[in-house]
Amino acid sequence: MTTLKQATPVHTFLAMLARDVRVLRREMFTFLSRTLMQPLFFVFVFAYVMPRIGGGDGFGRVAGVSFATVLVPGMLSTTMFISGLMAVTVPLMMELSYNNEIEDRLLAPAPVWLLGLAKISSGAVQALIGALVVFPVVYFVHESAQPPQIDLTDWPLLTVVLVVSSVLSAGLGLLMGTMLDIRKSNVLFSLVTVPLTMLGCVYYPWAALQSTQWLQIAVLVNPLVYSSEGLRTALTPAMPHMPTWSFLLVLLGGTTGVVWLALQSFARKVRR
Amino acid sequence: MAVLAAAAGSDAAVRTVGLAKTYRSAHGDVLAVRGLDLEVARGEFFGLLGPNGAGKSTTIGMLTTLVKPTGGSARLVGHDVVTEPVAVKRRIGVVSQNNTLDRQLTVRENLEFRGRFFGLSGRAAVRRAQELLDLFDLGGRAKAMVYELSGGQARRVMIGRALMHRPDLLFLDEPTAAIDPQTRINLWDTLRGLHEQGQTIVLTTHYMEEAETLCERVAVVDDGRLLACGTVAGLKDEVGPGTLVSVTFDGPADPVAAAVRGRAGVDRVEVRGATIRLFVRSAQNVVGDLVLAGVAVGLTVRDSATVPPSLENVFLALTGRDYRE
Ligand SMILES: Nc1ncnc2c1ncn2[C@@H]1O[C@H](COP(=O)(O)OP(=O)(O)OP(=O)(O)O)[C@@H](O)[C@H]1O
Ligand SMILES: [Mg+2]
Repeated sequence: MTTLKQATPVHTFLAMLARDVRVLRREMFTFLSRTLMQPLFFVFVFAYVMPRIGGGDGFGRVAGVSFATVLVPGMLSTTMFISGLMAVTVPLMMELSYNNEIEDRLLAPAPVWLLGLAKISSGAVQALIGALVVFPVVYFVHESAQPPQIDLTDWPLLTVVLVVSSVLSAGLGLLMGTMLDIRKSNVLFSLVTVPLTMLGCVYYPWAALQSTQWLQIAVLVNPLVYSSEGLRTALTPAMPHMPTWSFLLVLLGGTTGVVWLALQSFARKVRR
Repeated sequence: MAVLAAAAGSDAAVRTVGLAKTYRSAHGDVLAVRGLDLEVARGEFFGLLGPNGAGKSTTIGMLTTLVKPTGGSARLVGHDVVTEPVAVKRRIGVVSQNNTLDRQLTVRENLEFRGRFFGLSGRAAVRRAQELLDLFDLGGRAKAMVYELSGGQARRVMIGRALMHRPDLLFLDEPTAAIDPQTRINLWDTLRGLHEQGQTIVLTTHYMEEAETLCERVAVVDDGRLLACGTVAGLKDEVGPGTLVSVTFDGPADPVAAAVRGRAGVDRVEVRGATIRLFVRSAQNVVGDLVLAGVAVGLTVRDSATVPPSLENVFLALTGRDYRE
Protein backbone atom coordinates (compact mmCIF):
# COMPACT_ATOMS: atom_id res chain seq x y z
CA MET A 1 0.00 0.00 0.00
CA THR A 2 1.37 3.35 -0.95
CA THR A 3 0.56 6.41 1.07
CA LEU A 4 0.09 9.84 -0.38
CA LYS A 5 2.84 11.70 1.36
CA GLN A 6 2.82 14.60 -1.05
CA ALA A 7 -0.41 16.14 0.24
CA THR A 8 0.49 19.50 1.74
CA PRO A 9 -1.79 21.42 4.09
CA VAL A 10 -2.27 23.91 1.24
CA HIS A 11 -3.83 21.16 -0.90
CA THR A 12 -6.13 20.32 1.95
CA PHE A 13 -7.05 23.96 2.47
CA LEU A 14 -7.92 24.46 -1.19
CA ALA A 15 -9.85 21.20 -1.34
CA MET A 16 -11.94 22.34 1.61
CA LEU A 17 -12.78 25.57 -0.19
CA ALA A 18 -13.65 23.54 -3.28
CA ARG A 19 -15.99 21.45 -1.17
CA ASP A 20 -17.74 24.58 0.13
CA VAL A 21 -18.05 25.97 -3.39
CA ARG A 22 -19.67 22.71 -4.50
CA VAL A 23 -22.21 22.94 -1.70
CA LEU A 24 -22.83 26.62 -2.33
CA ARG A 25 -23.43 25.98 -6.03
CA ARG A 26 -25.98 23.35 -5.21
CA GLU A 27 -27.73 25.68 -2.77
CA MET A 28 -27.44 28.78 -4.93
CA PHE A 29 -31.15 29.47 -4.90
CA THR A 30 -31.40 29.23 -1.11
CA PHE A 31 -28.29 31.33 -0.71
CA LEU A 32 -29.53 34.05 -3.05
CA SER A 33 -33.01 34.26 -1.64
CA ARG A 34 -31.68 34.31 1.91
CA THR A 35 -29.19 37.03 0.99
CA LEU A 36 -31.37 39.16 -1.23
CA MET A 37 -34.80 39.10 0.38
CA GLN A 38 -34.19 41.36 3.33
CA PRO A 39 -32.23 44.12 1.53
CA LEU A 40 -34.54 44.00 -1.47
CA PHE A 41 -37.69 44.58 0.55
CA PHE A 42 -35.98 47.04 2.79
CA VAL A 43 -34.88 49.34 -0.01
CA PHE A 44 -38.18 48.83 -1.79
CA VAL A 45 -40.12 50.08 1.21
CA PHE A 46 -37.74 52.72 2.49
CA ALA A 47 -36.17 54.05 -0.71
CA TYR A 48 -39.21 53.71 -2.95
CA VAL A 49 -42.55 53.39 -1.14
CA MET A 50 -41.91 55.67 1.82
CA PRO A 51 -40.52 58.61 -0.15
CA ARG A 52 -43.62 58.42 -2.33
CA ILE A 53 -45.90 58.43 0.69
CA GLY A 54 -43.93 61.28 2.17
CA GLY A 55 -44.40 63.33 -1.00
CA GLY A 56 -40.99 62.89 -2.51
CA ASP A 57 -38.92 65.03 -0.22
CA GLY A 58 -40.07 64.51 3.30
CA PHE A 59 -39.14 61.08 4.46
CA GLY A 60 -35.74 59.83 5.32
CA ARG A 61 -33.54 62.69 4.37
CA VAL A 62 -30.45 62.43 6.51
CA ALA A 63 -27.96 65.27 6.53
CA GLY A 64 -29.50 66.56 3.33
CA VAL A 65 -29.04 63.46 1.19
CA SER A 66 -31.57 60.87 0.10
CA PHE A 67 -32.21 57.90 2.34
CA ALA A 68 -31.20 55.68 -0.57
CA THR A 69 -27.71 57.14 -0.32
CA VAL A 70 -27.57 56.26 3.36
CA LEU A 71 -28.86 52.79 2.68
CA VAL A 72 -26.43 51.62 0.00
CA PRO A 73 -23.35 51.29 2.24
CA GLY A 74 -25.54 50.24 5.17
CA MET A 75 -27.26 47.45 3.27
CA LEU A 76 -23.95 46.25 1.89
CA SER A 77 -22.31 46.05 5.29
CA THR A 78 -25.26 44.27 6.96
CA THR A 79 -25.58 41.78 4.14
CA MET A 80 -21.91 40.98 4.38
CA PHE A 81 -21.99 40.59 8.12
CA ILE A 82 -25.03 38.40 8.20
CA SER A 83 -23.86 36.27 5.26
CA GLY A 84 -20.36 35.79 6.64
CA LEU A 85 -21.63 35.02 10.12
CA MET A 86 -24.29 32.56 9.01
CA ALA A 87 -22.06 30.89 6.44
CA VAL A 88 -19.70 29.82 9.19
CA THR A 89 -21.88 29.50 12.28
CA VAL A 90 -24.78 27.44 10.93
CA PRO A 91 -22.81 24.58 9.34
CA LEU A 92 -20.33 24.55 12.20
CA MET A 93 -23.04 24.16 14.80
CA MET A 94 -24.49 21.29 12.79
CA GLU A 95 -21.12 19.61 12.44
CA LEU A 96 -20.43 19.97 16.13
CA SER A 97 -23.72 18.55 17.25
CA TYR A 98 -25.01 16.12 14.68
CA ASN A 99 -23.06 12.90 15.21
CA ASN A 100 -19.93 14.97 15.60
CA GLU A 101 -19.63 15.23 11.84
CA ILE A 102 -16.73 17.65 12.34
CA GLU A 103 -14.50 14.61 12.90
CA ASP A 104 -14.52 14.07 9.17
CA ARG A 105 -12.93 17.48 8.53
CA LEU A 106 -10.55 17.07 11.47
CA LEU A 107 -9.05 13.93 9.96
CA ALA A 108 -7.86 15.82 6.90
CA PRO A 109 -4.07 16.12 6.89
CA ALA A 110 -3.70 19.71 8.05
CA PRO A 111 -3.27 21.40 11.42
CA VAL A 112 -6.56 22.10 13.17
CA TRP A 113 -6.09 25.88 12.98
CA LEU A 114 -5.84 25.63 9.21
CA LEU A 115 -9.19 23.85 9.10
CA GLY A 116 -10.61 26.78 11.07
CA LEU A 117 -9.00 29.19 8.66
CA ALA A 118 -10.59 27.33 5.74
CA LYS A 119 -13.98 27.90 7.35
CA ILE A 120 -13.25 31.60 7.79
CA SER A 121 -12.06 31.94 4.20
CA SER A 122 -15.11 30.24 2.83
CA GLY A 123 -17.39 32.41 4.98
CA ALA A 124 -15.55 35.52 3.81
CA VAL A 125 -16.02 34.53 0.17
CA GLN A 126 -19.74 34.08 0.79
CA ALA A 127 -19.89 37.48 2.47
CA LEU A 128 -18.25 39.06 -0.58
CA ILE A 129 -20.62 37.28 -2.95
CA GLY A 130 -23.45 38.55 -0.78
CA ALA A 131 -22.20 42.13 -1.15
CA LEU A 132 -21.81 41.73 -4.92
CA VAL A 133 -25.34 40.48 -5.51
CA VAL A 134 -26.91 43.02 -3.17
CA PHE A 135 -25.16 46.01 -4.67
CA PRO A 136 -27.25 46.23 -7.87
CA VAL A 137 -30.43 45.78 -5.87
CA VAL A 138 -29.77 48.61 -3.45
CA TYR A 139 -28.33 50.75 -6.22
CA PHE A 140 -31.24 50.46 -8.65
CA VAL A 141 -34.27 50.20 -6.40
CA HIS A 142 -35.29 53.70 -5.35
CA GLU A 143 -37.79 56.49 -5.95
CA SER A 144 -36.79 58.04 -9.29
CA ALA A 145 -36.31 61.52 -7.87
CA GLN A 146 -34.12 60.28 -5.01
CA PRO A 147 -31.33 58.14 -6.42
CA PRO A 148 -28.40 57.17 -4.21
CA GLN A 149 -25.34 59.28 -4.92
CA ILE A 150 -22.57 56.73 -5.26
CA ASP A 151 -18.97 57.51 -6.05
CA LEU A 152 -16.67 54.64 -7.02
CA THR A 153 -13.47 56.65 -7.46
CA ASP A 154 -11.97 55.43 -4.20
CA TRP A 155 -12.15 51.79 -5.20
CA PRO A 156 -8.91 50.81 -3.42
CA LEU A 157 -10.41 51.84 -0.08
CA LEU A 158 -13.68 50.15 -1.05
CA THR A 159 -11.82 46.90 -1.77
CA VAL A 160 -9.92 47.00 1.50
CA VAL A 161 -13.05 47.63 3.55
CA LEU A 162 -15.00 44.91 1.72
CA VAL A 163 -12.29 42.30 2.12
CA VAL A 164 -11.47 43.07 5.74
CA SER A 165 -15.15 43.25 6.73
CA SER A 166 -15.88 39.92 5.10
CA VAL A 167 -13.06 38.25 7.01
CA LEU A 168 -14.19 39.94 10.21
CA SER A 169 -17.75 38.68 9.85
CA ALA A 170 -16.63 35.11 9.10
CA GLY A 171 -14.19 35.23 12.02
CA LEU A 172 -17.01 36.33 14.32
CA GLY A 173 -19.06 33.48 12.88
CA LEU A 174 -16.40 30.94 13.81
CA LEU A 175 -16.03 32.44 17.27
CA MET A 176 -19.77 32.28 17.91
CA GLY A 177 -20.15 28.84 16.37
CA THR A 178 -17.56 27.43 18.75
CA MET A 179 -18.88 29.25 21.81
CA LEU A 180 -22.62 28.67 21.51
CA ASP A 181 -24.37 25.38 21.15
CA ILE A 182 -27.07 24.62 18.67
CA ARG A 183 -29.91 24.46 21.16
CA LYS A 184 -29.39 28.16 21.74
CA SER A 185 -29.04 29.07 18.08
CA ASN A 186 -32.41 30.84 17.90
CA VAL A 187 -31.33 33.07 20.73
CA LEU A 188 -28.14 33.75 18.83
CA PHE A 189 -29.92 35.08 15.84
CA SER A 190 -32.22 37.45 17.64
CA LEU A 191 -29.78 38.36 20.39
CA VAL A 192 -26.89 39.07 18.08
CA THR A 193 -28.13 39.98 14.63
CA VAL A 194 -30.91 42.37 15.60
CA PRO A 195 -28.88 44.74 17.81
CA LEU A 196 -25.91 44.30 15.48
CA THR A 197 -27.84 45.68 12.53
CA MET A 198 -30.12 48.13 14.31
CA LEU A 199 -27.19 49.74 16.08
CA GLY A 200 -24.68 49.22 13.30
CA CYS A 201 -24.93 52.65 11.63
CA VAL A 202 -26.75 50.91 8.81
CA TYR A 203 -29.76 53.21 8.57
CA TYR A 204 -27.98 56.39 9.64
CA PRO A 205 -24.42 57.64 9.54
CA TRP A 206 -22.49 57.57 12.77
CA ALA A 207 -22.15 61.35 12.75
CA ALA A 208 -25.93 61.70 12.89
CA LEU A 209 -25.89 60.15 16.37
CA GLN A 210 -24.30 63.36 17.66
CA SER A 211 -27.69 64.31 18.97
CA THR A 212 -27.65 61.27 21.28
CA GLN A 213 -24.10 61.26 22.46
CA TRP A 214 -24.27 58.30 24.88
CA LEU A 215 -25.53 56.17 22.03
CA GLN A 216 -22.88 57.48 19.68
CA ILE A 217 -20.27 56.19 22.12
CA ALA A 218 -22.09 52.99 23.00
CA VAL A 219 -22.36 51.79 19.40
CA LEU A 220 -18.58 51.88 19.08
CA VAL A 221 -18.46 48.34 20.52
CA ASN A 222 -20.41 47.14 17.48
CA PRO A 223 -18.01 45.95 14.77
CA LEU A 224 -20.60 46.54 12.06
CA VAL A 225 -20.32 50.30 12.71
CA TYR A 226 -16.80 50.39 11.33
CA SER A 227 -17.70 48.40 8.29
CA SER A 228 -20.72 50.62 7.53
CA GLU A 229 -18.71 53.76 8.07
CA GLY A 230 -15.87 52.38 5.97
CA LEU A 231 -18.18 51.69 3.07
CA ARG A 232 -19.83 55.07 3.57
CA THR A 233 -16.44 56.77 3.32
CA ALA A 234 -15.57 54.80 0.19
CA LEU A 235 -18.94 54.98 -1.59
CA THR A 236 -20.60 58.19 -0.43
CA PRO A 237 -17.76 60.49 0.60
CA ALA A 238 -20.13 63.46 0.54
CA MET A 239 -21.89 62.04 3.61
CA PRO A 240 -20.46 62.76 7.04
CA HIS A 241 -18.37 59.78 8.12
CA MET A 242 -15.74 58.64 10.58
CA PRO A 243 -12.14 59.53 9.85
CA THR A 244 -10.56 56.94 7.58
CA TRP A 245 -7.69 56.08 9.94
CA SER A 246 -10.08 55.25 12.77
CA PHE A 247 -12.22 52.67 11.04
CA LEU A 248 -9.25 51.14 9.23
CA LEU A 249 -7.42 50.78 12.53
CA VAL A 250 -10.38 49.10 14.21
CA LEU A 251 -11.23 46.89 11.22
CA LEU A 252 -7.66 45.65 10.77
CA GLY A 253 -6.87 45.30 14.47
CA GLY A 254 -10.27 43.83 15.29
CA THR A 255 -10.13 41.34 12.45
CA THR A 256 -6.68 40.12 13.45
CA GLY A 257 -7.80 39.74 17.05
CA VAL A 258 -11.09 38.04 16.22
CA VAL A 259 -9.51 35.59 13.78
CA TRP A 260 -6.83 34.69 16.29
CA LEU A 261 -9.36 34.18 19.08
CA ALA A 262 -11.69 32.23 16.83
CA LEU A 263 -8.94 29.83 15.74
CA GLN A 264 -7.96 29.26 19.38
CA SER A 265 -11.53 28.68 20.38
CA PHE A 266 -12.08 26.32 17.45
CA ALA A 267 -9.01 24.24 18.29
CA ARG A 268 -10.06 24.02 21.93
CA LYS A 269 -13.61 23.09 21.08
CA VAL A 270 -12.92 20.32 18.58
CA ARG A 271 -10.13 18.45 20.35
CA ARG A 272 -11.66 16.56 23.22
CA MET B 1 21.16 -6.22 11.90
CA ALA B 2 20.64 -4.46 15.21
CA VAL B 3 19.97 -1.22 13.36
CA LEU B 4 17.49 -2.92 11.11
CA ALA B 5 15.68 -4.48 14.02
CA ALA B 6 15.48 -1.13 15.81
CA ALA B 7 14.14 0.54 12.70
CA ALA B 8 11.53 -2.14 12.25
CA GLY B 9 10.65 -1.78 15.92
CA SER B 10 10.05 1.95 15.71
CA ASP B 11 7.94 1.26 12.67
CA ALA B 12 5.31 -0.76 14.48
CA ALA B 13 1.90 0.30 13.19
CA VAL B 14 0.84 1.33 16.68
CA ARG B 15 2.80 1.58 19.88
CA THR B 16 1.43 3.10 23.06
CA VAL B 17 3.10 3.47 26.41
CA GLY B 18 0.97 4.25 29.45
CA LEU B 19 -1.59 5.96 27.23
CA ALA B 20 -4.22 7.61 29.41
CA LYS B 21 -7.18 9.93 29.16
CA THR B 22 -9.11 11.65 31.90
CA TYR B 23 -12.08 13.72 30.75
CA ARG B 24 -12.39 16.70 33.03
CA SER B 25 -15.72 18.32 33.60
CA ALA B 26 -17.56 20.37 36.19
CA HIS B 27 -19.44 17.33 37.47
CA GLY B 28 -16.35 15.23 38.07
CA ASP B 29 -13.50 13.62 36.18
CA VAL B 30 -13.93 10.45 34.14
CA LEU B 31 -10.90 8.19 33.95
CA ALA B 32 -11.76 6.78 30.54
CA VAL B 33 -8.38 5.18 29.79
CA ARG B 34 -5.93 4.39 32.58
CA GLY B 35 -2.55 3.59 31.07
CA LEU B 36 -2.60 1.34 28.04
CA ASP B 37 0.48 -0.39 26.62
CA LEU B 38 -0.34 -1.70 23.17
CA GLU B 39 1.60 -2.74 20.15
CA VAL B 40 0.19 -3.52 16.74
CA ALA B 41 2.44 -4.86 14.00
CA ARG B 42 2.21 -3.81 10.38
CA GLY B 43 -0.17 -5.96 8.42
CA GLU B 44 -1.91 -7.15 11.54
CA PHE B 45 -5.66 -7.39 12.13
CA PHE B 46 -5.97 -6.21 15.71
CA GLY B 47 -9.05 -6.11 17.89
CA LEU B 48 -9.90 -3.95 20.87
CA LEU B 49 -12.61 -5.76 22.73
CA GLY B 50 -14.60 -4.45 25.65
CA PRO B 51 -18.08 -3.62 26.91
CA ASN B 52 -19.82 -0.23 26.68
CA GLY B 53 -17.81 2.51 28.31
CA ALA B 54 -14.61 0.45 28.40
CA GLY B 55 -12.68 3.24 26.72
CA LYS B 56 -12.44 1.83 23.20
CA SER B 57 -13.59 4.94 21.34
CA THR B 58 -11.45 7.13 23.56
CA THR B 59 -8.43 4.99 22.72
CA ILE B 60 -9.17 5.14 19.00
CA GLY B 61 -9.72 8.90 19.39
CA MET B 62 -6.27 9.34 20.90
CA LEU B 63 -4.61 7.17 18.25
CA THR B 64 -6.28 9.18 15.50
CA THR B 65 -5.41 12.63 16.97
CA LEU B 66 -9.03 13.50 17.72
CA VAL B 67 -8.72 13.16 21.49
CA LYS B 68 -5.89 14.73 23.44
CA PRO B 69 -4.18 12.20 25.72
CA THR B 70 -3.67 13.26 29.32
CA GLY B 71 -0.89 10.76 29.97
CA GLY B 72 1.57 8.44 28.27
CA SER B 73 2.39 8.46 24.60
CA ALA B 74 1.34 6.90 21.33
CA ARG B 75 3.21 6.52 18.07
CA LEU B 76 1.74 5.47 14.76
CA VAL B 77 4.14 4.17 12.13
CA GLY B 78 6.83 6.02 14.05
CA HIS B 79 4.97 9.34 14.37
CA ASP B 80 3.87 10.80 17.68
CA VAL B 81 0.14 11.53 17.79
CA VAL B 82 0.56 14.69 19.86
CA THR B 83 3.59 16.31 18.28
CA GLU B 84 3.14 15.11 14.67
CA PRO B 85 -0.62 14.97 14.15
CA VAL B 86 -0.50 15.84 10.45
CA ALA B 87 1.97 13.06 9.65
CA VAL B 88 -0.24 10.66 11.58
CA LYS B 89 -3.42 11.80 9.82
CA ARG B 90 -1.83 11.26 6.40
CA ARG B 91 -1.31 7.60 7.22
CA ILE B 92 -4.60 6.64 8.77
CA GLY B 93 -8.13 5.99 7.60
CA VAL B 94 -10.80 6.21 10.28
CA VAL B 95 -14.33 4.88 10.44
CA SER B 96 -15.86 6.35 13.57
CA GLN B 97 -18.67 4.90 15.59
CA ASN B 98 -21.12 7.58 14.42
CA ASN B 99 -22.10 8.35 10.90
CA THR B 100 -19.82 11.29 10.19
CA LEU B 101 -20.47 11.44 6.45
CA ASP B 102 -20.79 14.91 4.98
CA ARG B 103 -24.54 15.45 4.82
CA GLN B 104 -24.26 18.23 2.28
CA LEU B 105 -22.65 15.97 -0.29
CA THR B 106 -23.60 12.91 -2.31
CA VAL B 107 -21.99 9.54 -1.73
CA ARG B 108 -19.62 10.00 -4.66
CA GLU B 109 -18.70 13.51 -3.56
CA ASN B 110 -17.99 12.27 -0.06
CA LEU B 111 -15.38 9.94 -1.50
CA GLU B 112 -13.96 12.37 -4.02
CA PHE B 113 -13.52 15.26 -1.63
CA ARG B 114 -11.92 13.00 0.93
CA GLY B 115 -9.39 12.07 -1.74
CA ARG B 116 -8.78 15.69 -2.57
CA PHE B 117 -8.30 16.60 1.10
CA PHE B 118 -5.46 14.11 0.95
CA GLY B 119 -3.85 15.63 -2.12
CA LEU B 120 -5.30 13.48 -4.88
CA SER B 121 -5.79 15.36 -8.13
CA GLY B 122 -9.37 15.78 -9.25
CA ARG B 123 -9.00 13.05 -11.84
CA ALA B 124 -7.24 10.62 -9.50
CA ALA B 125 -9.97 11.18 -6.90
CA VAL B 126 -12.68 10.41 -9.45
CA ARG B 127 -10.94 7.18 -10.45
CA ARG B 128 -10.27 6.03 -6.90
CA ALA B 129 -13.85 6.85 -5.85
CA GLN B 130 -15.19 4.71 -8.67
CA GLU B 131 -12.93 1.82 -7.62
CA LEU B 132 -14.24 1.95 -4.09
CA LEU B 133 -17.87 2.40 -5.15
CA ASP B 134 -17.46 -0.81 -7.13
CA LEU B 135 -15.62 -2.61 -4.35
CA PHE B 136 -18.37 -1.78 -1.86
CA ASP B 137 -21.16 -2.39 -4.30
CA LEU B 138 -22.37 1.19 -3.99
CA GLY B 139 -22.48 2.08 -7.68
CA GLY B 140 -26.25 2.36 -7.58
CA ARG B 141 -26.19 4.82 -4.67
CA ALA B 142 -23.38 7.05 -5.95
CA LYS B 143 -25.69 10.00 -6.51
CA ALA B 144 -27.66 9.58 -3.29
CA MET B 145 -27.42 12.13 -0.53
CA VAL B 146 -26.25 10.82 2.82
CA TYR B 147 -29.68 10.95 4.46
CA GLU B 148 -31.05 8.60 1.81
CA LEU B 149 -28.73 5.75 2.83
CA SER B 150 -29.56 2.80 5.02
CA GLY B 151 -27.35 2.18 8.04
CA GLY B 152 -25.44 -0.59 6.29
CA GLN B 153 -24.91 1.46 3.16
CA ALA B 154 -23.70 4.43 5.18
CA ARG B 155 -21.23 2.18 6.96
CA ARG B 156 -19.87 0.92 3.65
CA VAL B 157 -19.52 4.46 2.36
CA MET B 158 -17.62 5.38 5.51
CA ILE B 159 -15.22 2.50 5.06
CA GLY B 160 -14.79 3.36 1.39
CA ARG B 161 -14.15 6.98 2.29
CA ALA B 162 -11.54 5.97 4.86
CA LEU B 163 -9.69 4.01 2.17
CA MET B 164 -9.63 6.81 -0.43
CA HIS B 165 -6.03 7.79 0.26
CA ARG B 166 -4.77 4.21 0.74
CA PRO B 167 -3.91 4.61 4.42
CA ASP B 168 -1.24 2.50 6.08
CA LEU B 169 -3.63 1.89 8.92
CA LEU B 170 -7.38 1.50 8.98
CA PHE B 171 -9.25 2.16 12.22
CA LEU B 172 -12.79 0.91 12.60
CA ASP B 173 -14.78 1.80 15.70
CA GLU B 174 -17.60 -0.73 16.09
CA PRO B 175 -18.18 -1.02 12.35
CA THR B 176 -20.98 -3.56 12.68
CA ALA B 177 -22.94 -2.10 15.58
CA ALA B 178 -26.62 -1.77 14.69
CA ILE B 179 -26.22 -3.70 11.47
CA ASP B 180 -28.23 -6.75 10.48
CA PRO B 181 -26.56 -10.18 10.58
CA GLN B 182 -26.34 -10.65 6.82
CA THR B 183 -24.81 -7.22 6.23
CA ARG B 184 -22.43 -7.89 9.10
CA ILE B 185 -21.19 -11.07 7.48
CA ASN B 186 -20.71 -9.27 4.17
CA LEU B 187 -18.74 -6.56 5.94
CA TRP B 188 -16.59 -9.19 7.60
CA ASP B 189 -15.79 -10.64 4.18
CA THR B 190 -14.83 -7.21 2.90
CA LEU B 191 -12.58 -6.55 5.88
CA ARG B 192 -10.94 -9.95 5.56
CA GLY B 193 -10.32 -9.23 1.89
CA LEU B 194 -8.63 -5.93 2.74
CA HIS B 195 -6.49 -7.60 5.34
CA GLU B 196 -5.43 -10.30 2.91
CA GLN B 197 -4.14 -7.55 0.65
CA GLY B 198 -1.89 -6.35 3.45
CA GLN B 199 -4.06 -3.68 5.08
CA THR B 200 -3.28 -3.14 8.76
CA ILE B 201 -6.58 -2.94 10.61
CA VAL B 202 -7.44 -1.93 14.16
CA LEU B 203 -11.04 -2.67 15.02
CA THR B 204 -13.03 -2.17 18.18
CA THR B 205 -16.02 -4.26 18.97
CA HIS B 206 -18.12 -5.51 21.79
CA TYR B 207 -19.13 -8.58 19.81
CA MET B 208 -17.01 -11.48 20.98
CA GLU B 209 -17.83 -13.33 17.83
CA GLU B 210 -16.54 -10.52 15.67
CA ALA B 211 -13.19 -10.35 17.44
CA GLU B 212 -12.88 -14.09 17.30
CA THR B 213 -13.73 -14.32 13.62
CA LEU B 214 -11.61 -11.46 12.33
CA CYS B 215 -8.76 -10.56 14.60
CA GLU B 216 -5.34 -12.13 14.77
CA ARG B 217 -4.72 -10.56 18.14
CA VAL B 218 -7.11 -9.12 20.64
CA ALA B 219 -6.73 -6.72 23.54
CA VAL B 220 -9.46 -7.10 26.13
CA VAL B 221 -10.19 -3.80 27.86
CA ASP B 222 -12.56 -2.90 30.62
CA ASP B 223 -12.90 0.26 32.64
CA GLY B 224 -9.98 1.85 30.83
CA ARG B 225 -7.55 -0.95 31.64
CA LEU B 226 -5.95 -3.67 29.57
CA LEU B 227 -7.04 -7.02 30.98
CA ALA B 228 -5.29 -9.30 28.56
CA CYS B 229 -3.72 -9.19 25.13
CA GLY B 230 -2.75 -11.87 22.68
CA THR B 231 -3.99 -14.21 19.99
CA VAL B 232 -7.45 -15.56 20.57
CA ALA B 233 -6.05 -19.05 21.02
CA GLY B 234 -3.31 -17.77 23.30
CA LEU B 235 -5.81 -15.91 25.45
CA LYS B 236 -7.91 -18.98 25.89
CA ASP B 237 -4.84 -20.91 27.00
CA GLU B 238 -3.42 -18.18 29.15
CA VAL B 239 -6.59 -17.38 30.99
CA GLY B 240 -7.25 -21.06 31.36
CA PRO B 241 -10.92 -21.67 31.29
CA GLY B 242 -11.99 -23.98 28.58
CA THR B 243 -15.62 -24.88 28.55
CA LEU B 244 -18.12 -23.00 30.65
CA VAL B 245 -20.79 -25.14 32.29
CA SER B 246 -23.67 -23.39 33.92
CA VAL B 247 -26.57 -25.02 35.76
CA THR B 248 -29.51 -23.29 37.39
CA PHE B 249 -31.47 -25.03 40.17
CA ASP B 250 -34.76 -24.23 41.82
CA GLY B 251 -32.99 -23.04 44.97
CA PRO B 252 -29.64 -21.67 46.18
CA ALA B 253 -26.83 -23.62 44.53
CA ASP B 254 -24.24 -23.34 47.33
CA PRO B 255 -24.58 -26.93 48.60
CA VAL B 256 -23.81 -28.22 45.12
CA ALA B 257 -20.57 -26.25 44.90
CA ALA B 258 -18.96 -28.28 47.68
CA ALA B 259 -19.52 -31.47 45.70
CA VAL B 260 -17.63 -30.32 42.60
CA ARG B 261 -15.04 -27.97 44.05
CA GLY B 262 -11.53 -29.39 43.78
CA ARG B 263 -12.56 -31.99 41.25
CA ALA B 264 -9.93 -32.80 38.64
CA GLY B 265 -10.41 -30.74 35.46
CA VAL B 266 -12.45 -28.01 37.18
CA ASP B 267 -10.61 -24.69 37.18
CA ARG B 268 -13.08 -22.45 38.84
CA VAL B 269 -16.43 -22.62 40.56
CA GLU B 270 -18.74 -19.65 40.94
CA VAL B 271 -22.10 -19.49 42.58
CA ARG B 272 -24.64 -16.75 42.07
CA GLY B 273 -27.90 -17.50 43.78
CA ALA B 274 -29.47 -20.49 42.12
CA THR B 275 -26.86 -20.65 39.36
CA ILE B 276 -23.54 -22.43 39.53
CA ARG B 277 -20.87 -21.87 36.91
CA LEU B 278 -17.85 -24.07 36.32
CA PHE B 279 -14.88 -23.47 34.10
CA VAL B 280 -13.72 -26.92 33.09
CA ARG B 281 -11.12 -28.36 30.74
CA SER B 282 -13.39 -31.13 29.68
CA ALA B 283 -17.14 -30.97 30.03
CA GLN B 284 -17.60 -34.72 30.09
CA ASN B 285 -19.91 -35.92 32.87
CA VAL B 286 -19.79 -32.60 34.69
CA VAL B 287 -23.42 -31.77 34.03
CA GLY B 288 -24.46 -35.23 35.12
CA ASP B 289 -22.48 -34.92 38.34
CA LEU B 290 -24.04 -31.52 39.03
CA VAL B 291 -27.52 -32.92 38.53
CA LEU B 292 -26.79 -35.80 40.91
CA ALA B 293 -25.25 -33.48 43.48
CA GLY B 294 -28.37 -31.37 43.26
CA VAL B 295 -30.69 -34.32 43.72
CA ALA B 296 -28.65 -35.34 46.77
CA VAL B 297 -29.56 -32.06 48.49
CA GLY B 298 -33.10 -31.90 47.13
CA LEU B 299 -32.57 -29.47 44.23
CA THR B 300 -34.08 -29.81 40.77
CA VAL B 301 -32.41 -28.53 37.62
CA ARG B 302 -34.23 -25.69 35.91
CA ASP B 303 -31.80 -24.83 33.16
CA SER B 304 -28.34 -25.76 31.99
CA ALA B 305 -25.88 -24.60 29.36
CA THR B 306 -22.50 -25.67 28.09
CA VAL B 307 -20.48 -23.03 26.22
CA PRO B 308 -17.40 -24.28 24.39
CA PRO B 309 -14.09 -22.40 24.77
CA SER B 310 -14.56 -18.86 23.50
CA LEU B 311 -13.54 -15.30 24.09
CA GLU B 312 -16.77 -14.92 25.97
CA ASN B 313 -15.53 -17.31 28.63
CA VAL B 314 -12.20 -15.52 28.67
CA PHE B 315 -13.95 -12.26 29.33
CA LEU B 316 -16.04 -13.82 32.04
CA ALA B 317 -12.98 -15.31 33.67
CA LEU B 318 -11.13 -11.98 33.50
CA THR B 319 -13.83 -9.73 34.81
CA GLY B 320 -16.10 -12.06 36.70
CA ARG B 321 -18.93 -10.36 34.86
CA ASP B 322 -21.32 -11.67 32.31
CA TYR B 323 -20.53 -10.46 28.85
CA ARG B 324 -23.64 -9.30 27.13
CA GLU B 325 -23.77 -7.04 24.12
N1 LIG C 1 -16.37 13.69 25.62
C1 LIG C 1 -16.48 13.05 26.80
N2 LIG C 1 -16.58 13.74 27.95
C2 LIG C 1 -16.66 13.11 29.14
N3 LIG C 1 -16.65 11.79 29.30
C3 LIG C 1 -16.56 11.03 28.19
C4 LIG C 1 -16.48 11.63 26.89
N4 LIG C 1 -16.39 10.62 25.98
C5 LIG C 1 -16.43 9.47 26.68
N5 LIG C 1 -16.53 9.70 28.01
C6 LIG C 1 -16.57 8.68 29.08
O1 LIG C 1 -15.40 7.90 28.97
C7 LIG C 1 -15.68 6.54 29.20
C8 LIG C 1 -15.22 5.71 28.01
O2 LIG C 1 -16.01 6.05 26.89
P1 LIG C 1 -15.74 5.46 25.45
O3 LIG C 1 -16.66 6.16 24.52
O4 LIG C 1 -14.30 5.54 25.15
O5 LIG C 1 -16.17 3.93 25.64
P2 LIG C 1 -16.41 2.81 24.55
O6 LIG C 1 -15.60 1.64 24.99
O7 LIG C 1 -16.17 3.32 23.19
O8 LIG C 1 -17.96 2.48 24.76
P3 LIG C 1 -19.09 2.08 23.68
O9 LIG C 1 -18.96 0.61 23.46
O10 LIG C 1 -20.34 2.42 24.39
O11 LIG C 1 -18.87 2.89 22.45
C9 LIG C 1 -17.17 6.45 29.46
O12 LIG C 1 -17.35 6.41 30.86
C10 LIG C 1 -17.72 7.73 28.91
O13 LIG C 1 -18.83 8.16 29.65
MG1 LIG D 1 -17.31 3.57 21.54
